[in-house]
Amino acid sequence: MTDALLTLEGLTKAYPGVVANDAVSFAIKAGEIHALLGENGAGKSTLVKTVYGLVKPDAGRMVLNGAPFAPANPRAARAAGVAMVFQHFSLFDALSVAENIALGMDNPPGQRQLSARIREVSEAYGLPLDPDRIVGDLSAGERQRVEIVRCLLQNPKLLIMDEPTSVLTPQEVEILFKTLRKLASEGTSILYISHKLEEIRALCEDATVLRHGRVVATCDPRDRTARDLAEMMVGSSLHVPNREGGESGEMLLDVAGLSLPAPTDFGTPLRDISFSLRAGEVLGIGGVAGNGQDELLAALSGERPSPAGSIRLRGRDVGRLRPNARRALGLLAAPEERLGHAAAPEMSLTENALLTGDVREGLSSRGFIRWGKTRDFAKNVIDAFDVRTPGPDTAAGALSGGNLQKFVIGREILQRPDVFVVNQPTWGVDASAAAAIRQAVLDLAQSGAGVVVISQDLDELMDISDHFTALNEGRLAPIRAAKGLTIEEVGLMMGGAHDMDVADEHAIAEVEA
Amino acid sequence: MRLRLEKRPAPSQLLLGLTPVFAVIATMLAGGVMFWSLGADPLEAIRTIFWDPLFDETFGAYSRPQLLVKAGPLILIAIGLALGFRAGIWNIGAEGQYIMGAVVGAGVGLAFYPTENRLVFPLMVAAGAFGGWAWAMIPAVLKTRFGTNEILVSLMLVYVAENILASVSSGLLKNPDGMGFPGSRNLARDYPAASNLELIPGSGMHWGVVAAFIAVIFAYVLMTRHKMGFAIRLAGEAPRAAKFAGISPTRLVLFSLGTAGALAGMAGLFEVSGPAGQISIDFNSGYGFTAIIVAFLGRLHPIGILLAGLLMALTYIGGELAQLMLGMPAAAIQLFQGMLLFFLLAMDVFANYRIRLRPREVSQ
Repeated sequence: MTDALLTLEGLTKAYPGVVANDAVSFAIKAGEIHALLGENGAGKSTLVKTVYGLVKPDAGRMVLNGAPFAPANPRAARAAGVAMVFQHFSLFDALSVAENIALGMDNPPGQRQLSARIREVSEAYGLPLDPDRIVGDLSAGERQRVEIVRCLLQNPKLLIMDEPTSVLTPQEVEILFKTLRKLASEGTSILYISHKLEEIRALCEDATVLRHGRVVATCDPRDRTARDLAEMMVGSSLHVPNREGGESGEMLLDVAGLSLPAPTDFGTPLRDISFSLRAGEVLGIGGVAGNGQDELLAALSGERPSPAGSIRLRGRDVGRLRPNARRALGLLAAPEERLGHAAAPEMSLTENALLTGDVREGLSSRGFIRWGKTRDFAKNVIDAFDVRTPGPDTAAGALSGGNLQKFVIGREILQRPDVFVVNQPTWGVDASAAAAIRQAVLDLAQSGAGVVVISQDLDELMDISDHFTALNEGRLAPIRAAKGLTIEEVGLMMGGAHDMDVADEHAIAEVEA
Repeated sequence: MRLRLEKRPAPSQLLLGLTPVFAVIATMLAGGVMFWSLGADPLEAIRTIFWDPLFDETFGAYSRPQLLVKAGPLILIAIGLALGFRAGIWNIGAEGQYIMGAVVGAGVGLAFYPTENRLVFPLMVAAGAFGGWAWAMIPAVLKTRFGTNEILVSLMLVYVAENILASVSSGLLKNPDGMGFPGSRNLARDYPAASNLELIPGSGMHWGVVAAFIAVIFAYVLMTRHKMGFAIRLAGEAPRAAKFAGISPTRLVLFSLGTAGALAGMAGLFEVSGPAGQISIDFNSGYGFTAIIVAFLGRLHPIGILLAGLLMALTYIGGELAQLMLGMPAAAIQLFQGMLLFFLLAMDVFANYRIRLRPREVSQ
């Protein structure tokens, strides 16, 4: 492999109780877009952190451009030409774009010069950015551009992208792909981490599939179906939810003209939100992160009181009611953030079962907790939803993301809600757990409940929703039947694709001149 | 090779239980070095502080009952503070609530002077609790209504309370028969119906100590069995989850500050009607602040606080003894007590992390 830019040979890294990478070997050619595919916990993050100098391998070696490569820290990796865009952005909300970029550079030039460079590079690659804007005002897609431009300013030979599309609209994804292809055609290699199979098939020329820390397959994803790739990743056949679009029953939830100011400076106000939900219906609400998803969930769960009359459950005004009063009436919710919001990480699963189960499951009497009954309820959730854990006394924070999510969802579903509102039900969850959760949501709707699924995973929403709408800056798009929607229509509902151009040759020529 | 801290998946329960013991040992070692550098025999100093107060033939009879007398208010106040601390509500002003409890409780008692009806004592206890509660309600209401910081408000109210104490001891509550000296009538000596006397002679056990033990049990049941205890723990560990669970932050602030204030106020009343005897300018002696250390030393757990209160009382008495016997400066004793808290917090690292030795370079 003489044309390989980076070769990994037998990389091994063990953590207490788990081998994250087990003798991983593969090569990335110069100018190729190489996919790294795997479920959550397959070892993708550890591997790229090794390449980026954040993790030192226990064994194995790397060769970059023919020379041994063992970066002691990210600075050394960057000096060798490796750049990385993380899944979670490391930006300061209160600083400008240019200041943020300067902070991430090892030897930043002066602000004026830097601003000029940012404009140049960002326009050359079709990622327009105003260097003087405050990052707190930017959308998630624009924030990602800041991160990408920060990397591009250092002329990397290898650009690592960790799940870059999880926060983007379809149009933004298209722009990003064009940018990445442009970079690859200029000789930059890209290591692209994702578990979105269609994306990988559309973008990548080569793929390495990881499972339980080992390389289980290498293939050209363009020659494989998404199902093939998924099976390589999961190791068993995927459980595809079977959707039988339940026809509309009794009116359960009626939200009318719900407006709420933003809870914090960087929050999103809800603007005149109206929708209704019938028994047996799954309403999917899409949208890019930060467009009011958390705020909508908090309004429906009762964490934030809403104006009287704006939320009605079976015709009864619940807008002013607190969470437990709403639970008593059958309106349950599961927020996006598992640790610290849906569950308390340091508390046991039993205690976490009490967190929302008290009212409907009768887990206390006269203020005193019935621990035996609570423990039984936690056990039921664990059994019914196949939560892999030593038992109900385990701390919630000790569970993997997928298992805790199954617990959180199961805890609400086992309480037989009339209306269930869930935000990002399968975020950061492996494929088999995600399939189980989706099926549970569908079964719940089948049994006559109404379900609102807020998600940024469009495939998921298309899979399970009867009706679809999207949040954009706190407003809800008109509700449409999910059947027959095209991805372009969905993108337009999500809005947000303003001021974007595909890289144009003219600008590139200017930079190169 | 270099040392590296590695986070444990869950804090080690065994070490959480053992760290207070290690902290005491480390304090003895470091304190020994300090006493040695001050020219004292370190072993003798440690023995004077930890052993002599209980077992010395000459002083034991005097200092043994002092253990309960000093530990009682510390435990009573720390139990209340721990409720708030568990919920992330930082009442730093227990000293002020203690003073106001003593002033209001003694004031009610003196209003009935010289009655011989013993019912005046429970009335004073209730008034003391009310005084502390009302004083704690000031930061509580300001926090819930206007979002003020309870740390600053409760702390500043300590100094207000100290000024009120100075004012009433030379004004409103001044002993009419005191020949002009500041200070109230002596409740313990001159007012039998209102006095909080030793229940078992020579033991130091008075009603305040009984109240402290009851508070320990009450707090234990509350934290392990009652929904309010669960709400307190949840709010402290995951505030967003607490809101999601439907716990009202306002109720929590009012409950935990109110309970802490009432307990501190009762402690003040028991002190003024017993060991101290009277309202005077220098009535307060820092129990309200030391109780913060006791609460943390006891890991905010009721049983832990019980033990920590006794230990802290021991260092107080032993410290006084060391000043007397070995001529140690008072500051050295305070430093010694400070070491105890420092080592306890430092030892927590080992409960949450494990230490790994690892080679500096990886094999290529």
